[in-house]
Amino acid sequence: MKKFNVINTPVHNIDGIAKVTGRAIYTFDVSMPHMLYGKILRSPYPHAKILDIDTSKAEKLPGVKAVVTGKDTLGKKQGIWRRFKELCDEEILAREIVRYIGEPVAAVAANDEDAAEEALDSIEVEYEPLPGVFEPLEAIKEDAPQLHEHAERNINVTRHIEWGDVDEAFKKADYIREDWFRVSSQAHVCMETHCAVADYSPEGKLTVWTSTQSHYYIKVLLADILGLRENDVRVISRYTGGGFGSKFELDSAQFCSALLSMKLCKPVKIVLTREEEFMATKRRTPMFYYLRTGVKKDGKFLAKEARVFTDGGAYTAMGATALYLTGFFQAFPYVWPSYRYDGYRVYTNAPPSSAMRGFGAPQATFCAETQIDLIAKELGIDPIEIRRKNMMYPGYEVPGQAWIQSCGLGECLDKIEEWIKLRGKLPPNRGIGIAAYGFMSGGIFNWFDTPYAFSAAEVRINIDGKVDLYIGSQDMGQGSNTTLSMICAEELGVRLEDIRLHMGDTDVCPVDLGAWGSRETLMQGNAVKMAAAEAKRQIIEFAAAKLGPNIVYDLDIKDRWIHIIARPERGFSYFDVVKEAIRGRNGQTIIGRGHYTPHRKGMISPAYSFGVQAVEAEVDPDTGKIKLINCVTAHDCGQVINPLGVKGQLEGAIAMAAGYGFTEDLPMDEGKILNPNLVDYKVMRAAEMPETEVIEIETYEPEGPFGAKEAGEGLTNPTAGALGNAVYHATGISIKNLPITSEKVLDALREKNKTNKTNKTN
Amino acid sequence: MEKQLLHMTVNGEEYEVYIKPKRLLVEVLRDELALTGTKRGCNTGACCACTVLLDGAVVKSCSVLAMQADGAEITTVEGLADGTKLNPLQRSFLDHGAYQCGFCTSGMLMSATALLNGNPNPTKEEIKESIHGNICRCTGYNSIIRAITSVAEGKYTEEK
Repeated sequence: MKKFNVINTPVHNIDGIAKVTGRAIYTFDVSMPHMLYGKILRSPYPHAKILDIDTSKAEKLPGVKAVVTGKDTLGKKQGIWRRFKELCDEEILAREIVRYIGEPVAAVAANDEDAAEEALDSIEVEYEPLPGVFEPLEAIKEDAPQLHEHAERNINVTRHIEWGDVDEAFKKADYIREDWFRVSSQAHVCMETHCAVADYSPEGKLTVWTSTQSHYYIKVLLADILGLRENDVRVISRYTGGGFGSKFELDSAQFCSALLSMKLCKPVKIVLTREEEFMATKRRTPMFYYLRTGVKKDGKFLAKEARVFTDGGAYTAMGATALYLTGFFQAFPYVWPSYRYDGYRVYTNAPPSSAMRGFGAPQATFCAETQIDLIAKELGIDPIEIRRKNMMYPGYEVPGQAWIQSCGLGECLDKIEEWIKLRGKLPPNRGIGIAAYGFMSGGIFNWFDTPYAFSAAEVRINIDGKVDLYIGSQDMGQGSNTTLSMICAEELGVRLEDIRLHMGDTDVCPVDLGAWGSRETLMQGNAVKMAAAEAKRQIIEFAAAKLGPNIVYDLDIKDRWIHIIARPERGFSYFDVVKEAIRGRNGQTIIGRGHYTPHRKGMISPAYSFGVQAVEAEVDPDTGKIKLINCVTAHDCGQVINPLGVKGQLEGAIAMAAGYGFTEDLPMDEGKILNPNLVDYKVMRAAEMPETEVIEIETYEPEGPFGAKEAGEGLTNPTAGALGNAVYHATGISIKNLPITSEKVLDALREKNKTNKTNKTN
Repeated sequence: MEKQLLHMTVNGEEYEVYIKPKRLLVEVLRDELALTGTKRGCNTGACCACTVLLDGAVVKSCSVLAMQADGAEITTVEGLADGTKLNPLQRSFLDHGAYQCGFCTSGMLMSATALLNGNPNPTKEEIKESIHGNICRCTGYNSIIRAITSVAEGKYTEEK
């Protein structure tokens, strides 16, 4: 018999047909009878006092139904940090002070979008501009303008990680290297912008359709800020047009549409424009990174010291987690006998920086991997070799932080080394750079203070054998609906088409914390597997009683056949047994419940993915233009569930992370984003993609369902570093300031040529 | 602004609607005809999520006034399948995992349709060029290129 009947076989996503026929209904497509359209007025100042808001003219305009401002709210500061009240610092509709350009100050509901837009122009806001501060290293100075009363010198949060005796270890180092890096911000650019349709009924119930990564978080946060009972709020999110970390915090579309709907008892729809999406939603956390590293002359790592200042923007958002994780992943995926990290998140008058795919780790990996190649070069050691010498291994404990169970890093390095050798001698101006990485499979963080299990699932088996699977997780395109249905079908011993999935509705689905931090395969997957196993047990009990085998035999279900494991030919059809079992249970359907919360798994995550990526790039010496040629990734995500899905995640991550590496940036002038559109903000396009190859290294992760772990977010970690190293090996220049634009490369090349000439003259 | 009568054929169905002349084609398709398969990602012609065919030519429906389509034949993503029979591009997109969140998929399919209608044997460069304007933030494009290539190579034929 095959090891697996369902998993490890490439399948179409179960929602694929809806997507290729245009039948998938996103929040953007939701329309209701008597629905109104909302628009949000936003601050033009990076820092100002609101003296007065006069909405009277706007309210009188034809078609305008309601205008709300901060005065119409309960005045609560909200945030995802419900265990740490001082970090809940964002009102969403500002009452007294605005702290970034784009911060909402009022919202309008009208019969159509034109009327709402026109009404915004008639709202008169009197501001008193305040001095702003835009750079974290400026903002920590004593005389800098202070954004929040509670945060002296604008320090929002600090994080410290330390193990081993760092100072002592540096004394033993043969070689010490210090570098400063600047890693840039990045916009998520979900193709579906943030949007919501809120419908408040006279019974006191609020229903919100929204594009989100976590309907549970949005439900609870909305209830909190609106003063409603948690379960009088229903959040529905069937399809989400991309998330990438931008859609699990409460946003202005959700809050303002709800507030307006509560005032009017009518449905209100708000869709952010692309410009609002750039200016006034959150973004990847930019950082200043200092690294000091000590090694032995054979390349063995001894000590690392990292200091980070992040440009936090105006509010905490998810930035505190990004601050911790960048420190944790700075030490990844290597064994550091001693390590010290100090991170400071600093408030500035800019849009809040927060979570984005990789959650602080791509920033860390870029800096770490760039520096490792510089060290290897100085010591005359091959880049593969220095990584092999120091890599993590199964059973390694990151002191006080994490315990690594499965780890296929060594094999990943072997495969990448083979590929590089096969490439042979490269044409001029080309280089191959590598980067090694790891990532978590869901966070062990409960800053949200949920009293529920992190993930829960329910399985119900109906009379025709069709299985209703209820999950709380959210598919935003990463394919978790399919992955989780496959896990259910595999465990239960049925086929994928036997599963009917129910998701994206807080009234129907059990709680799951949502799709962030690469949680779903491992955490929701474990809950699904447990629920399916519980349902299976009930069927098997019935079948065993019917079959009456010798007690030494046990039973299982595979491909709809319930049988004695040792005698697979002896058994019954799954469908027949289900029918009889339901009759035998007084007509009750078979129900299995499952849940998962990590216990005693360290500080960060129950399991880690690993990988090594090689990027081959060509640099035009006359223009500095970088062309990506190949990108090969050896990847350990444990047991693969859907190979087609993993490949898609990998290629998609390359596009996003390469963009981070060399094309995407959010330049600002005094807090104003200069390129808030898809022409000037350069995401990767089809023609810029390199050839991509994935080498799956299968390991078995004891904590994951069927041995699986994360396979989506971590893939964003290596590309910028590998790309930078490719440029380094092609040209001899190392750029420590993301993105690696052609201008920066050209400047560095000219500088290098000038130095060479001077040296020659001397 | 006085409303005007717009006459157009969409996916083989004839429609007559009264609209304000400033309405965009994407708005009329989505809001008046409830054909929400066509998406809108930017409204400035920079992402091509709103791509449709106008008399066979590929257009961004956010950059066309609906009145410019008066008397025209429009094809949207809803017009690709015949009942339960998906067309070759749709099946190939499924097999190659050429979509993730799906929000750009309609536009991608329409750009690819226009390419293959005019050039049944495109080179890889021509395929890349045909979707150059279409932004996909999820897939990294290569699966989409493979999906279109497979159809061009004749690996998918119309279902009978």
